Amino acid sequence: MIVSKRIVLHFPSRLVEKPIVYRLIKDYELEFNILKASIIPDEEGLMVLELRGEQANYDSGIKYLTKAGVRIQSLGQNVLRNEERCTHCGACITICPTGAFELDSITRYVTFNDDKCIACGLCLKACPPRAMELHF
Amino acid sequence: MPKTIEEINKKISQGKVVVATAEEIIGIVREKGVKQAAQEVDVVTTGTFSPMCSSGAYLNIGHSSPRIKLGGGKAYLNDVLAYAGFASTDIFIGANALPDDDPRNRVFPGEFNYGGGHVIEELVAGKDIRLIASAYGTDCYPRKKLETWLNIKDINEAVLFNLRNAYQNYNVAANLSDKTIYTYMGILKPRLGNVNFSTAGQLSPLFNDPFYKTIGIGTKIYLGGGVGFVAWQGTQHNPNVLRTKQGIPKRGAGTLSLIGDLKQMSPKWLVGTSMIGYGCTLTVGIGIPIPILSEEILEYTAVTDADILAPVIDYSRAYPQLKPDILAEVSYAELKSGQIVIQGKEVPTASLSSYPRALAIATTLKEWIQKGKFLLTKPVVPLPGAGSDYTTRPLKERPIED
Repeated sequence: MIVSKRIVLHFPSRLVEKPIVYRLIKDYELEFNILKASIIPDEEGLMVLELRGEQANYDSGIKYLTKAGVRIQSLGQNVLRNEERCTHCGACITICPTGAFELDSITRYVTFNDDKCIACGLCLKACPPRAMELHF
Repeated sequence: MPKTIEEINKKISQGKVVVATAEEIIGIVREKGVKQAAQEVDVVTTGTFSPMCSSGAYLNIGHSSPRIKLGGGKAYLNDVLAYAGFASTDIFIGANALPDDDPRNRVFPGEFNYGGGHVIEELVAGKDIRLIASAYGTDCYPRKKLETWLNIKDINEAVLFNLRNAYQNYNVAANLSDKTIYTYMGILKPRLGNVNFSTAGQLSPLFNDPFYKTIGIGTKIYLGGGVGFVAWQGTQHNPNVLRTKQGIPKRGAGTLSLIGDLKQMSPKWLVGTSMIGYGCTLTVGIGIPIPILSEEILEYTAVTDADILAPVIDYSRAYPQLKPDILAEVSYAELKSGQIVIQGKEVPTASLSSYPRALAIATTLKEWIQKGKFLLTKPVVPLPGAGSDYTTRPLKERPIED
């Protein structure tokens, strides 16, 4: 079975200069798409990846990353909507590049699909009541 | 038919009143027709929840010992500048006010995370607010410095007083230029990348009473989660604009100045708001009841999104340069479908006004009236109407020569 997941990788500074992601392709036959990366020598690195491949390969790849010392989070956990502050105006809808916000045509509530979110952060400052929060 | 406000209030007191929201009345009129609906329904409730920049609050903080005269001095609430041009202990905080050290747009686009609107929200929420004031000192008001926490429950008056709210129709904002622009109508992407609109359409108060036949000075309303009143016509009130056959203004038209006791309002319905690259403001919840005094009044309340037309304006050039050019006229039904067509291009739409919150306001007001908690008032004086000589004008700018 083919799986495709969006994950956030935290690289401790000692791993930043090692070709970790390369091994994912070479040894585990995983496809990847870099959605966001911030890798600076001697500092903790951060990369948002979409990883795609056979379930067994995916699991082994994740195991390899964890063993190597990379901390992994699923992307959906990083961008949160503060439900108390959201007024469901809809200002975010046309700003989000992946269409993660949708308007329910009946209730006119704005839904947030975090599995579409790539954590780019554009919605954070576009939200008038500042209801969107980024937690890396 | 026709009914009077006194008769409707009697029904409210007896628990016999029939109330519908401005959304529900559309279906009722479709099903039963105007005549029967006007007989059966006594009140239609409206609602809107949008950023409204010309909002503010005045406070009377009470006298300190020794006394200080804030008037002519300076006062800051959570570092946001408040206006201190009144007597010794009255100050006014405007929704757009900013801390002196806010970087504004020096790094563009500025974030505007905290301003007067946020101070008002926190004050209403019952949070302590830091007042730092300085004065010049007089024989009767000797004190020159005051630093204290303030809480809404301890101060004498806290009154929301908004100069211009509840705009009857509003521009749809577009961007024809080649770069993203940051406006009070939100982020507008280049080359017609998106458009933003900002009224509740068929639920919005003044769309349901287009000729101000029931809403006037003194009308009791829902304001910020509590009760308020129409104080006056709002600034830039402009009743004489193009209207549809049904009388719905096709451009920004009537406005309201509103007032109410902040102490009984709620932070859920007065929300501090940040428009990136533009500034801070306050999102205000307003609901106005419309007494169904005649079939004509009922017919106005049955307005639908398809009946309401709004002008699309280029905010990269026409708006800032005060040009009258309009790119298109679109209906609220089209705007709410998620996309409109301008110059042959499909353009995604978004709203800055929360329709679900507007509906919640209209529903709450309906419940207050049904439970006998909210009686209707007759306006003391009508608002200047269509056909009056009341108008809004651009600035007559006259250079000052040395």
